[in-house]
Amino acid sequence: MRGVDEEKVKANNAIRTSKYNIFTFLPLNLFEQFRRLANAYFLFLLILQMIPQVSSLSWFTTAVPLAIVLSITAAKDASDDINRHKCDKQVNNREVEVLIDGELKKEKWMDVQVGDIIKLENNEFVTADLLLLSSSEPLNLVYVETPPNNCLDKFKGTLTVNGQAYSLDNDRVLLRGCTLRNTEWCFGLVLFGGPDTKLMQNCGKTVFKRTSIDHLMNILVLAIFGFLATMCAILSICNAIWEANEGSAFTMFLPREPGVSGSLSSFLTFWSYVIVLNTVVPISLYVSVEIIRLGNSFFIDWDRKMYYPKNNTPAQARTTTLNEELGQIKYIFSDKTGTLTQNIMTFNKCSINGKAYGKQLGERVVDFSWNQLADSKFIFHDHSLVETVREGNPEAHAFFRLLALCHTVMPEEKKEGELIYQAQSPDEGALVTAARNFGFVFRSRTPESITVIEMGRKVVYELVAVLDFNNIRKRMSVIVRSPKGKTTLYCKGADTIIYERLHPSCSNLMKVTTDHLNMYAGDGLRTLVLAFKNLEENYMEEWRKRHNEASTAMEGREERLEELYEEIEKDMTLLGATAVEDKLQDGVPQTIEQLAKADIKIWVLTGDKQETAENIGYSCNILREEMNEVFIVAANTAGGVRRELQVNFDICHWSFFSHAFRSARRKMCPDAAEEPSVIKARAGLFWLKKTETVQDEKVNGEYAMLINGHSLAFALEEDLELELLRTVCMCQTVICCRVTPLQKAQVVQLVKKYKQAVTLAIGDGANDVSMIKAAHIGVGISGQEGMQAVLSSDFSFAQFRYLERLLLVHGRWSYLRMCKFLRYFFYKNFTFTFVHFWYAFFCGFSAQTVYDEWFITLYNTVYTSLPVLALSLFDQDVNDRWSFQHPQLYAPGQQNLYFSKKAFVNLTVLSCYSSLVLFFVPWAAIHDTVRDDGKDIADYQSFALFAQTCLLIVVSIQMCLDTYHWTAVNNLFIWGSLAAYFAVTFTMYSNGIFVILPSAFPFVGQNTLNLPNVWLTIVLTSLLCILPVVAYRFISMQIRPTINDKVRHRARKELPPTPSLRRPVRRVSTRRSGYAFSHSKGYGDLVTSQRFLMMRPVKSQAMQFSHIAPTES
Amino acid sequence: MNMRFYRTTMKEEGNSANRPSNTAFTQQRLPAWQPMLSAGVVIPGFLLIGLAFIGIGVGLLITSRSIQVLELDYTGTETSSPCYQCTMSNQSNCVCKLSFSIGTLFKGPVFFYYGLTNYFQNQRKYGVSKDFNQLIGDVSYFKSPSSDCQPYQRVNGKPIVPCGAIANSMFNDTFKLYQIINGKEELVPFDGKGIAWWTDYNIKYRNPDYTPLKNAFNDTEKPVFWTKPAYELDTSDASNNGFINQDFLVWMRRAALPNFRKLYRRITEGNYKDGLPAGNYSLEISYNYPVISFEGTKKVTFSNVSWMGGQNEFLGIAYLVIGSMCVVMSVVMLIVYAKFRFPEED
Repeated sequence: MRGVDEEKVKANNAIRTSKYNIFTFLPLNLFEQFRRLANAYFLFLLILQMIPQVSSLSWFTTAVPLAIVLSITAAKDASDDINRHKCDKQVNNREVEVLIDGELKKEKWMDVQVGDIIKLENNEFVTADLLLLSSSEPLNLVYVETPPNNCLDKFKGTLTVNGQAYSLDNDRVLLRGCTLRNTEWCFGLVLFGGPDTKLMQNCGKTVFKRTSIDHLMNILVLAIFGFLATMCAILSICNAIWEANEGSAFTMFLPREPGVSGSLSSFLTFWSYVIVLNTVVPISLYVSVEIIRLGNSFFIDWDRKMYYPKNNTPAQARTTTLNEELGQIKYIFSDKTGTLTQNIMTFNKCSINGKAYGKQLGERVVDFSWNQLADSKFIFHDHSLVETVREGNPEAHAFFRLLALCHTVMPEEKKEGELIYQAQSPDEGALVTAARNFGFVFRSRTPESITVIEMGRKVVYELVAVLDFNNIRKRMSVIVRSPKGKTTLYCKGADTIIYERLHPSCSNLMKVTTDHLNMYAGDGLRTLVLAFKNLEENYMEEWRKRHNEASTAMEGREERLEELYEEIEKDMTLLGATAVEDKLQDGVPQTIEQLAKADIKIWVLTGDKQETAENIGYSCNILREEMNEVFIVAANTAGGVRRELQVNFDICHWSFFSHAFRSARRKMCPDAAEEPSVIKARAGLFWLKKTETVQDEKVNGEYAMLINGHSLAFALEEDLELELLRTVCMCQTVICCRVTPLQKAQVVQLVKKYKQAVTLAIGDGANDVSMIKAAHIGVGISGQEGMQAVLSSDFSFAQFRYLERLLLVHGRWSYLRMCKFLRYFFYKNFTFTFVHFWYAFFCGFSAQTVYDEWFITLYNTVYTSLPVLALSLFDQDVNDRWSFQHPQLYAPGQQNLYFSKKAFVNLTVLSCYSSLVLFFVPWAAIHDTVRDDGKDIADYQSFALFAQTCLLIVVSIQMCLDTYHWTAVNNLFIWGSLAAYFAVTFTMYSNGIFVILPSAFPFVGQNTLNLPNVWLTIVLTSLLCILPVVAYRFISMQIRPTINDKVRHRARKELPPTPSLRRPVRRVSTRRSGYAFSHSKGYGDLVTSQRFLMMRPVKSQAMQFSHIAPTES
Repeated sequence: MNMRFYRTTMKEEGNSANRPSNTAFTQQRLPAWQPMLSAGVVIPGFLLIGLAFIGIGVGLLITSRSIQVLELDYTGTETSSPCYQCTMSNQSNCVCKLSFSIGTLFKGPVFFYYGLTNYFQNQRKYGVSKDFNQLIGDVSYFKSPSSDCQPYQRVNGKPIVPCGAIANSMFNDTFKLYQIINGKEELVPFDGKGIAWWTDYNIKYRNPDYTPLKNAFNDTEKPVFWTKPAYELDTSDASNNGFINQDFLVWMRRAALPNFRKLYRRITEGNYKDGLPAGNYSLEISYNYPVISFEGTKKVTFSNVSWMGGQNEFLGIAYLVIGSMCVVMSVVMLIVYAKFRFPEED
C-alpha cells in the first residue's frame, strides 16, 4: 500500500505520554508545582520577606524549606517521567509487519502511518486503530482482549472503494491497546495512529482520585488560612493599640520611620505576622504525605504474602496516593468470575442412569492414556466410570455422546491430534472436554454436520437443527441424524425445566437423579440434566418443514419457533446429570468471612445469571443457610413488549419495585419509617458541595438480596434509587446478577453518592473497568490474561484472598500511620506557632520571633521531620497476625475516628495548652533570674535558646508517646534528631561560624544550657505538657477501652496466634442447585450459519464479525 | 552438596524473578519494642515523679529563700522620692542620693543590677537596629552603616558609629555606693570587669585595629544621645574602651522581656569581699536616663546568688504544685484502675 515515493508527512504512530524533556523539565515542573496552593503561598511569603518594611524573618527561613520541598517533588516527578520515557521508547520501537510495495516488511511502531496495511499475529498488541480487512479465523472472526474503556464503542466512517461507499462501524475496527488472541493472523488498515487513537484520546481523561483525608486536609488547610488571618488581624489590632498607647511614647528610643504612622505600622504588622506565623500552614505537609504514601505503597509491592508464586506476580500499588483509604473501606463491590472464582470449570461428578460417579476419597487420578485424543489437563478421580464406558455401557455412551454433540463449541485443530476448543462458556468447554477424555471426541463441525470420534471410531452426524439456548428456555437441544439414519434429539438444561418434559417412564430414575442433584448442590456444584429422545423419520420431516417456515417467517418468528421447540422437546428420556465445579479461588470463603467480621459489606456484581450467582454466593459464604431470608428481586422483561405499552409498563414496574423494596424492608425492620432518613449537609471547600447521606438502619437478623440487571435498570432510576439503596443497605449481602458494566458503575456511584462511605471495587475483566474507575479504590486481579482491569486499577494482585491482607493489614496500618502523622504534624506546627502568638503580647506586637531564625528554618525540615516520617512508615499498633485475629480492629477507619474535624479541634486545643506552657513556664522561670556568676540570662538570645530547647524536647516526647512500635529506625531518628539539634545549635552558636558570617549567625555562646535551673525548667515544661496527656490516655483507656487497646494489651501478654490453616466449612445444604449454563443466546445461529467457514471475504459483508471474544457470559 | 544448592537457587530464581526479597524491613517485621501505658508503669510513675518533684521543689524554694535581694526604685515619680527633682525637665547632670540600710550581713559576692520596666528592647525594629560589621571593628562599615540602623544611620550627613537604636539608647545612669560609717561616707568599691559575656567581649565585639582608637572614628559621628564618642567610654582602660566597653556590651545584649535588669557591677573587693555588712548606705545616682515619658521605671537591685543562680521562687513553687498534682493524679488513677481494671477483663 505504501509507496516509496509517497513520503508525505502523515500522522505517524509514535506516542508520547511523558510530560517533560531535559530542557522543559525545570520551567514546566516549577510552573506545575507553583500551581499548587501551598507552594504558591510560600512563594508569596518569600516575596513578602523581601520587603524590608514587612520582613520579620530572613528570606532563608522560607526559602530553605521551600527549596527542599520543591526538589523532593521534582525528583519524584523526574523519576516518574523517566519511567514514562522508557515506556514510550519501548512501545514506539516495537516491530510490526507492514505491507510496503506489496511486500511485508518489519517496521517500528512509530513509523507506521495512517493508511498503511499491517499484519498482526496471535498475541500481538494491536498497533493502532485498525480497520479489520481479513483474518485467519472462520467468518473473519477476531478474538481480542478488549481495551480499558467503555466509551470507546463509537465509531462512524465511510469507506469509498471504486466510487462505492461502505459504512464502517465499530464492529469492523480493532482498537489500539487490544491484544490479538486465538487468531493466527489478521490484516488491518491503519485508521488512526499514535496520539489520535481512541486509547490515547481517552487515557488523558482519567479522573484523578483523591482520598477522603485529602479532602479533609484541603478543608483544614483553608480553615488554617482563615485562622492565620484571624490571628494576624488580632495582633495587628493589638499593635495599633500598643502603638497608640506605648509605642508613641517609646519613640524616644525607637523613633518611627519617616512616613510610617501608627495605622500603617499596624497594617505592616499584619503582614509581618503572616510571615512569623506562617508555620501554622504546614509547608511540608503535602510532600510528607506523598512520601508516606509512597513508602506504604512500597510495603505493598514488597509484601511476600501478597506474591503469587504460580504466575510470579507480586502485588502492586499502581496508584501511590490512596493508601490510607484502604483502611476505611465500607463497601466492596466484587466481580465474580475471575475474581471470586478462577473461571475454570471442572467436570467433577456425574450421575448416569441413576448411578453416581465422581471423586472418591483417596482415589488416584484416572489415566486417560488409552485415548490418544485425550486432554492431558483433564483430571478425574473415579475409575469405575472409565471402566463403565470402556465396557460399552449404552447409557454411558449415550451420556457422553450427548455431551459431544449438544453444544456450540468451535474446535480448532492446528496440528493433527491437537484439539483446541473455543467454548463460549467455560461450562460447555468442561463438558465437551469431559466427553473427549471419556472417548467421545468432538473433532470438527460444519454447518450441516458434526464429526465425533466415538471410542476411536469416526462418526459423522448430520446436524438437523440446533434448538438454541435462551434465558427462559434454560436448555438447549440439537437434533442429529446418525450415519445409520437414526434421528435423535439431545437436550441439556436446568433440572426443573427438563424434569417437566420427561417421559413418565423415567419417574424412578428421576427420583434417584434428584437425590444426586441435591447432593451436588450441597457441594456447590453447577448441575445440568441430560435427556434424549429418538425421533420418527416422518414426524421429523414434517417438523423440519415447519421449522424452516418458521425460521424464515417475517412476523412472530420467535414465538413460532418457541412453539415448535416446545412441541418437540417433550417426552424425553432422562440420561443423567452432570456436576461442574466453578472453582473458587483459594481462600475466598475465609477472606469473605474475615472481611464481613471487619464490618465491610460485600456486594457481588456479576454478569452471570441469577442461579450461577446465587450458587457462588453460597459456596463463597456471602449467602448463608442461616440467613433469615434471601430476597430475590428479579423482574424479567419478556421480549417483545409493545412500544405503546411502555408507559404503563414502567408504572407497573415502579409499583412492583417499590412494593418489593417496601415489603422486604418491613420484614427486615418492621418499625422502619416509610421515608428514608436522609441527612443533608454541605461539605467540601467553602461548603459548596451538597451531600445527602442515607442513614444506616438497624435490622433484626441477617438478610441478603439478589437483584438482576433488568430490575436494577429500573431501580436505578431517579425516583427509585433511594428506595433501592435503603433496602439494599439493610442487607448483609447484595448480589446483582446479569448487570452490564455500566450498571456496575452506577451501583458504585449510587453508594458513593448517598452513603458517603469509602468503596472498593475489585475485578479482573474489561467489564469491571467502569466500576473500578468509579469506586474510590479500584483493585485489579492480575490474572492469567486480561490486563484491562489491572491497567485501570489502583492496586493489583493475583488472588482475591490478598484483599484481606491489603485491607486488614496494609490499609489499616496506612490509615493509622497517616492519621497519626497528620495529628502529630499539626500538633507540632501549631505548638511552635502559638508560642509566637503569646510572645507578641510581650514584645509590643512587633512580629518579633521567639526562636532564632535558623531554628525556624530547620525545625520543620530537619529537627522534626525524620521522627514523624519513621512513625508514619513503621508504626504498627499490633502486628499482622493480630490484625487477622481481630478484624474488628478495622472499624475505627470506617468510622473516621483517628483523624476528623473533631480530632483536629482536639489537637488544636492540646497544642494551645502546650504552647501556653512552653511560653509561660520559661517566661516565669527566666524572669529576673541570673546565672550563678551573676550575669543575667534574661536576654533575648538565651530566652530563644531556652524556649526552643523546651519546645523540641516536648514535641519529641510527644512523638515518643505516640509511637506504638519502636523499631531501631524510630530510635535512631528520634535520638538522632535531638542530637542533630544540639549539634547544629552548638555549631551555629559557635564563635567560628560567627566570624565567618556575622550577620547570618548573630547568636554566639550557649551560656544558658549549662545552668541547672534551665534544665529543671525544661523537665518541668516537658512534664507539664506530657503528663496530662498520659493521664488522659490512661484513664480513658481504663474507662472506655477501645478494641485497639484490648488487642494491644493481649498482644503484649500472649504470643501472636499462629496462622491457622483454616479449613473451609463444608456446607450442609438443602438448596436446589443452580444449573451450569453461563451461556448466551445466539451461538446456535452462529454455528449453523451459512457463512460459516467461508474463507474468502465477500466485500465488506464478511468483515462485519470483528468480535469480542467473551471472557464471561 | 554445593551442586545441589546451586541448582535449587537457579530454579528458584527462574520461577520467581518478581518475588519480593525476604527481609525484616520489606516484610515490616523489624524487631520492635511496644510499650504501653499500663497501670504498672503509669501509676507508680506518677507517684514517683510527684514525690521527686515535691523534693526538688522544697530544695529549690529553700535555696531561693536563702538568696538575699534588695531592690530600690529610683524612678522618682513620687514627690517624696529623692530623685523626684531629677525628673524635672532640662535637668542635666542631676545627681540624687538614695539612702537605705541593711539589717544583717548581705553575703557576698554581691551583684549590683540596674533594672528597667516597660522598656521594649525586644521590639523587632529596635532589635535589628545595629550593624554587626561595625561592631566587629570593620572600618569599611564605619563609612556606610547598615540601613538597619535607620533612623540612627547618619546625622548631619555623617555616618554614626556605632549606629542604630540599641547603641543610641545605651543606659547612661551611673551609680556610686557609699557605706555610712560614723556619719562618714565610705565608697564601696565596684568591680566592673567581666560583667559582659565572654563571647561578646572576645568574639562578637572588636575594636578596629587603630592606635589611637580615635583615628578609626574620623569622619564619623557619635550616637545622638551619647555625650561622648565610643572611643572615650573608658579612656583609662584600653581593654574597656570602644566597642568592648563592658557597660556597652551589657546593654547591647538586648533583653527578651520588657521588664529586665542588667548587671552593673560586682562588689567583691576590699572590706566588702564577704558582702555588705549591716549598716546604712547611700547610693549616689547620676540621673540621666529618661523613662517617665513611656511610663517606665528604673530600679537598682543588690543580690547574691546560689548554685541555681539568682532568686526565683517560681520554679520551687511550680515544682511543689506539679509534684502534689502528680501524687493526687496517681491516687485518682489508682481508684479508676481499681474500679474499671480494663486489662484484666477480656
